[in-house]
Amino acid sequence: MKMDAFRYSKKVLEHFRNPHNMGEIKDADGIGRVGNPVCGDVMYLYIKVKDNVITDVKFQTFGCVAAISSSSILTDMIKGMTIEEAEKLTKDDVLKKLDGLAPVKLHCSVLAVEALRKAIGDYRKRKNSERQRNC
Amino acid sequence: MRVYLDNAATTRVDPAVAEEMKKYLTDIYGNASSLHAFGREAREALERARESIAKKINANANEIVFTSGGTESDNLAIQGICLAKKKGKLLTSTIEHPAVNNTMLAVKERGFGVVKLAVDSEGFLNLDALQDELSGDVILVSIIHGNNEIGTVQDMKAISEIVHDKGSILHMDCVQSFTKVPIDVKKTGVDMISMASHKIHGPKGVGALFVREGIEIEPLFYGGPHEFGKRPGTENVAGAVAFAKAAELMTANEISKIKSMRDYLVRELLEVEDSLLNGPGIDNPNRRLVNNANITFKYIEGESLLYKLDDYGIAVSTGSACSSRSLKPSHVLSAIGLDHKIIHGTVRMTFGRFNSMEETKYAVEKIKLCVDELRQISPFKHSFDNYDVKG
Ligand SMILES: Cc1ncc(COP(=O)(O)O)c(C=O)c1O
Repeated sequence: MKMDAFRYSKKVLEHFRNPHNMGEIKDADGIGRVGNPVCGDVMYLYIKVKDNVITDVKFQTFGCVAAISSSSILTDMIKGMTIEEAEKLTKDDVLKKLDGLAPVKLHCSVLAVEALRKAIGDYRKRKNSERQRNC
Repeated sequence: MRVYLDNAATTRVDPAVAEEMKKYLTDIYGNASSLHAFGREAREALERARESIAKKINANANEIVFTSGGTESDNLAIQGICLAKKKGKLLTSTIEHPAVNNTMLAVKERGFGVVKLAVDSEGFLNLDALQDELSGDVILVSIIHGNNEIGTVQDMKAISEIVHDKGSILHMDCVQSFTKVPIDVKKTGVDMISMASHKIHGPKGVGALFVREGIEIEPLFYGGPHEFGKRPGTENVAGAVAFAKAAELMTANEISKIKSMRDYLVRELLEVEDSLLNGPGIDNPNRRLVNNANITFKYIEGESLLYKLDDYGIAVSTGSACSSRSLKPSHVLSAIGLDHKIIHGTVRMTFGRFNSMEETKYAVEKIKLCVDELRQISPFKHSFDNYDVKG
């Protein structure tokens, strides 16, 4: 689909108007904090993991319509996924769910995926240090 | 309710202006250069419009050149001087509209020297820097009079004195300031000023360049002897008449009404926690355009706020990087030294004659609501601590 710059799809606007899973998880098992050095957007992603499955997820975003809707849809997508499944998600999966973004806004979907990767990384790190502590 | 707070972008044509214009489309449609009665009627109307615009800035009628708008006026002033002088240096500021900025870039590529002068934190030109950069080879100084983003109104007289002291020529882009700030070309001595009709409730596609008698500029294109040889092409009589009518309707009373709505909005929005006014204070109408408000709401991003307000029928604009195709934040907001994350949450609200206090109150209420909602989404609540996360 050809996207006109700054004309957002219905799906994008839906998520922007009514973002899902917005907020903070105080006792998160993994947190991904990313910033976009180009546009200045910042995204935080919090995940709760039980038996290797993402049971809860929340986000906080300082950014534009595309950034907010990318974070919102990503949280919907990963809830219930195993860590391995979530890790395989790419920006194209996010874009498909959003019915596309204008070329200048593609980086917003990248940011969401980066936040997820970081949250998973953080989760693994915590788990490893827990294991070491238990030894 | 629909509230249009983007009057710096363009304005609604006043129905009285449209009515007047229509007459010159369907009834008095002659070519102003024709000798017959049809032509003479059109000529009379055109010259009346010219007189009227001239009077607004205390110029002589033969110093007003009608153009297609602000962009053309800026180009005619800058390129017109370059074509006439053939070589030399030009001075401009860091907060110009693209109509000047990109024209400067173009003449630079053609071999002219271009120096951009800095502004202070409110957007006022550094007059010492101007003085220092002025030398015998400066063929033109072009400075924006009323800034389209932050509303800063430069001191035309002070700039003009410095420029003329060194024997150079001064052009000012008055596209935003014309009719909102008193302009007197005789008292200030400014040599050229750009004006546009669509910023003051006139139609798009018409504007004017004041060119002081004796200032030599070359036209940008060639044709008949219209507009004193400076701008060929059959005159846009209906446009010129409408432009003049629109200017006449910008009365002192209307200006003060606009200012009181703007002032109310700014005072109310500055009550919001962690909000800042960008540009000069709102009290002095000779230092800030009376219709301009430019406010940062920390911890949120301007494009998001724009779309939220759009859902409520409220139209604003933003200087945030996210709203530009280049992903660069506004060069004006950068030039006054605002930090990247402060620029991120900037919205501009600009008033016109057709706004009402009722609309203003509605807008204030919805802006507060939307800022609050977006702050709930934001990871930052009361400070930008830990902003610099690595990507
Ligand atoms: C300061 C300034 N200069 C020039 C222009 C260009 O005018 P126009 O749109 O009439 O070409 C504008 C408006 O966009 C402006 O705000």
